[in-house]
Amino acid sequence: MRVFQSRIVLSGLFILIAFGLLVARFTWLQVVQREYYHTLAEQNRISVVPVVPNRGIITDRNGEILAANFSAYTLEITPSKVSNVERAIDDLSEVIEVSPRDRRRFKKLQEESKNFESLPIRTRLTEEEVARFAVSRFRFPGFEIKARLFRSYPQGEVASHAIGYIGRINDADVKRIDSQGNTTNYKGTDHIGKLGIEGAYERELHGLTGSEQVEIDAGGRAIRSLSRNEPHSGNNLVVTLDLQLQKVAEAAFQDYRGALVAIDPTNGDVLALVSKPGFDPNLFVDGIDPVNWDALNNSPDKPLNNRALRGQYPPGSTIKPFLGLAALETKKRTPEFSISDPGFFALPGVTHRYRDHKPDGHGSVNLHKAIVVSCDTYFYGLANDMGVDAIHRFLTPFGFGARTGIDIEGELGGLQPSSDWKWQRYKQKWYAGDTVSVGIGQGYWLVTPLQLAAATATLANGGTVVHPRLLKAVQDSKTLETRELAAPTGETIPLKPEYLQLIRNAMVDVTKPGGTAARAGANAPYTIAAKTGTAQVIGMKQGEKYDEKRVKEAHRDHAVFIAYAPADNPKIAIALLVENGGHGGSTAAPIAREVFDFHLLKKKPAVKQKLGDDETASD
Amino acid sequence: MIERLFNLVARRIDGPLMAALMLAIALGLTVIYSASGGQSFDRVGGQVRNVLVALGALWIAANVPPQTLMRLAVPVYVVGMALLVGVAVFGDVRNGARRWLNLGFGSVQPSEIMKIAVPLVLAWYFHRHEEGLRIRDYAVATIILALPVGLIARQPDLGTALLIFASGFFVIFLAGLSWKLIVGMGTAGLAALPFLWSVLHDYQRKRILTLLDPMTDPLGAGYHIIQSTIAIGSGGLLGKGWLNGTQAQLDFLPERSTDFIFAVFGEEFGLAGIAVLIALYVLIIARGLMIAASASTTFSRLLAGAVTLTFFTYAFVNMGMVTGILPVVGVPLPLISYGGTALLSMLIGFGILMSVATHKQLVQS
Repeated sequence: MRVFQSRIVLSGLFILIAFGLLVARFTWLQVVQREYYHTLAEQNRISVVPVVPNRGIITDRNGEILAANFSAYTLEITPSKVSNVERAIDDLSEVIEVSPRDRRRFKKLQEESKNFESLPIRTRLTEEEVARFAVSRFRFPGFEIKARLFRSYPQGEVASHAIGYIGRINDADVKRIDSQGNTTNYKGTDHIGKLGIEGAYERELHGLTGSEQVEIDAGGRAIRSLSRNEPHSGNNLVVTLDLQLQKVAEAAFQDYRGALVAIDPTNGDVLALVSKPGFDPNLFVDGIDPVNWDALNNSPDKPLNNRALRGQYPPGSTIKPFLGLAALETKKRTPEFSISDPGFFALPGVTHRYRDHKPDGHGSVNLHKAIVVSCDTYFYGLANDMGVDAIHRFLTPFGFGARTGIDIEGELGGLQPSSDWKWQRYKQKWYAGDTVSVGIGQGYWLVTPLQLAAATATLANGGTVVHPRLLKAVQDSKTLETRELAAPTGETIPLKPEYLQLIRNAMVDVTKPGGTAARAGANAPYTIAAKTGTAQVIGMKQGEKYDEKRVKEAHRDHAVFIAYAPADNPKIAIALLVENGGHGGSTAAPIAREVFDFHLLKKKPAVKQKLGDDETASD
Repeated sequence: MIERLFNLVARRIDGPLMAALMLAIALGLTVIYSASGGQSFDRVGGQVRNVLVALGALWIAANVPPQTLMRLAVPVYVVGMALLVGVAVFGDVRNGARRWLNLGFGSVQPSEIMKIAVPLVLAWYFHRHEEGLRIRDYAVATIILALPVGLIARQPDLGTALLIFASGFFVIFLAGLSWKLIVGMGTAGLAALPFLWSVLHDYQRKRILTLLDPMTDPLGAGYHIIQSTIAIGSGGLLGKGWLNGTQAQLDFLPERSTDFIFAVFGEEFGLAGIAVLIALYVLIIARGLMIAASASTTFSRLLAGAVTLTFFTYAFVNMGMVTGILPVVGVPLPLISYGGTALLSMLIGFGILMSVATHKQLVQS
C-alpha cells in the first residue's frame, strides 16, 4: 500500500514532467519558430501562377491581318498523372473524337517534352465536346480543359516565309530564353515565334507575363484568387508588306518555284516577299504532326526553304547594268565605245571561245545596246578590261556578297568573287578566264533574290543604298499608340547622273520592242526599267547547244529578272527568280508586269493560263 | 421518479471525471467538424454515434463491480489470446497488416480487447499474489504480458504492441517492481535493441529513421511529420481560428480527423488551445490517480492506475508523434480523434475506473 502510493506520486510527477516537455516543444514551435512555420504554411498555400499575355497581332501596311489570335478550348493531358496514356486516349475517343493526326501530334509532343508538362491532345473543342467531356471527366484524371488563345494565320500560305510561325518551345528555345535572362517572362508560355517576323520580333509580340497569387490545396488545385498582376499584351506589328501585292505576286508565280522581292526604293520597305512554294503556318500552331512535317521537310520542292533570303543563284545577265555603270565610273568604257560582236569572245592567245547567246553576234554594240540586247561579248571584254577586283570594289557598296541585314533571320550572304576571296577559299590565283565569266554574272558569283532586289532599288533611286526592312510600325498594346519606325538611312554611292541616265535609258529600252523583256513592257502606261537574266544550273560543254526541251527540268536554267518602275520616279523595285524557268524574258518578266500593274495602277491581273513559251525573247 | 432514474444512471458515475471526459469529447467533435472540411456534419454525426455507444459501454463497465471484473479477467484474456492466434492464422490482411478477424457478423481487431485484458489480468495476478511478491511472480507477469505483445507486434502493429506493453508495465511497476529490476530490465531492453531492429519491418525502420530526420524523405514517410509540424508551428500563440487552418482546410495535413487531428487543433487554436487540452488531460489523469490511490484492493488500485497511465501514454505518444519527437505509430489522440474502436476501449477503461471509485464502500463493508 505504501509502495503503491509512492509509485502513484512518482507516476504523477513523471506525467507532469512529460507534459511539461511537450508544452516546451509546443512553445518552441508556436512562439519561437512561429514565423518560420508561418512562412512555410503560406508557401504551401499560396502559389504564384503566371498569366500569359496575349500575343500581338501582325498586320500588313494597310491593316490587313496576317497573324491573329482566337480563343478556343483545348483538352490537355499531363502524362505523369496518367498511368497508361495510350489507353486513356482510347477511352477518351469514346467521348470525343480523337483523330489519328491528333494522336500522332500528341506522341511527337510527348517525345519532345517533359512528363509533367500538360500537352494538348485535342484543340479547338466545340462547346458540345466540352460539355460531353465535362460529364465524364471523373474517368480522366490528369486531363484538363483549358481555354487558350490560338494563333491563326488567316492568309494561309500567303507570305508564310515573311510572317513565319509560332511553335511549341523546344529545348533550344529554352536555352536561348534562359541566356537572354527571360525565363520568368516565359513561365506559362508554351509557344514562341520560330521564323520570319514571328521569330525576329518575338520580344515585341510576346508581351510581359503577369502573375496571379492563388490559394491552392495540397493537390495543387486553385481554390481562389488572392491578387492579380495583369499581364501586358504583346505589341501589334505593322509590317511593310502589302498583302494584296503579295497575293498578286504569289498568284503570278503559279506552280513555279522561285522567289520575288519587291522593295520601295525610297525607303527600303519590302512590299512583297515571295518564296514559292510556301507552307501553311497554321499547321505549326498546335504542334505539327509527323506526317505533315515529313511532307514539308522531305519535299523535293523544299517549301520550308526561304528562297528569297536563302536561295543563292548566279545573277546572270541581271548584273550587266551594274557592270556597265562600273565601267563608266571607272573610265574603262565611254558611252560611245562600241565593239563589233562576232558572237564570241576570246582572250588574247587562248583558243577557248566564250560564246554569246546569239551565235551570229549582235553586230556593232555600244553599252546601251549591250544592255538592251544583253550582249555577252561586250561584257566579257568589259569585265576582262576592268579586272575582278575593280568590279568587286565597285559593286560591294550595292550590297553584293553580303547580307542586306533585313530584319528577319536566316538570310544568306551570297558570294561576290575577288582574287583575294579565291586565294583564301581555294588557295588558287585568279585567272583571266574567271573574270570573263563574272562579266555575265556566272562563274563563282552568287546572289540572293533579296540582295538583287536591294541592289536594284539602290540603282533605281540613284545610288542611295537601300536596307530592306519588314517592320514598319509598332502599336503599343496598352496605349494603342502607333510608333512608325524611321526607315534606315543608307549611305550614298557617288554616281554621275549622266551615267545613271544612260543605264536607266538602256534598261527602259529592255522593255521596249527589240529589248529582251519587251513583253513585260508591252502597252504599259508607265515606263519600266528592267534587265533579264538566265542563271545556269549546269555548265555547258564547249560547242554544246543548250536545248531546254532536252534537259531535265531540274537542270534547266533559272530565269532571273530585275526591274523598277516608273523609270523616272521609281516607286517599286523588284528582283525575281523562277527556278528552272528558262529565260528571264519569257517566264519572269510577265510576273513582274503583274506586280507593277497592281502596285502602280491597282489593276488586278485577269485570270490566265500558265505562262507560255510562245515568246522566244531571249537574253 | 425522474430523480430515481437520474440516481440509477448517475449512481456509478464519477462526476468530476465524467465532466472532464465530456468536455474533451465535445472539443473533439468541434475539431472533427473542422478537420472534415467544415462543410458537412457526416463525420461529426458518425462520431456522435460512436460516443453514444462508448458511453453506454462506460456505464455498463462502471456498474460492473470490481469483484466481477476480477472474475472476468482470466476469461477475457484467454479469449483475447485465442482471437490473436486466430488473427495470426486466419486474419484478413488490410493495408498490408493482419489485424482483423472476420467473425461472420463483423470483423474485430483482437488487439483492442487486449488493451483492456492485459492490465485486467495482470492486476488479477498481482492481487492473487499480493502477500510477498517474489521475482518469480514478476517473471510470470512478464510472460503474461509478452505473449500478446509479441503476437500484436508480429501483425505488424508496433504502435498498439508498445501501448499494450506500456499498460502492462504500469501494472507491474505499480505492483512494486524493485528499482533494481527496473534498471536491469531497462538495460536488457537496450541491449536487445539491435535484435529488435533486425526483426522490424522495413517500413517500421523507415518510420524510425524518418523520425530522426524527416527531411530525408519529404514526400514519403517524412511528409506527415513535416506538414503537421508546419501546421502546429504556424498556429502560433492563439491559432488561426476555428475552420481557418490553411494546412488543415487545404488538405496539406494527412489523416487529419484521425491520428493527426492534434495538428488541426494546434493550427486552429494555437498554444492557448493546446494548453486547455493538456490541462483537461491533466485533470482526467489526476482524478484517475486519485481514484487509484484511494482504492481498497490491490486489484482495484493496479487496474485504476494502469488505466490512467495508459490514457496518459496515448495522449503523450500521439502529441509527441504529431510534433515530430516520437515515431509515427498509428495512435489516436484519446477522446479527440475520429474513430469508434479506440473511443470504446478508452471509455470502457474509464468505466472501470469509475467502478473502482464507486464500489469502494461496498468492498469495505
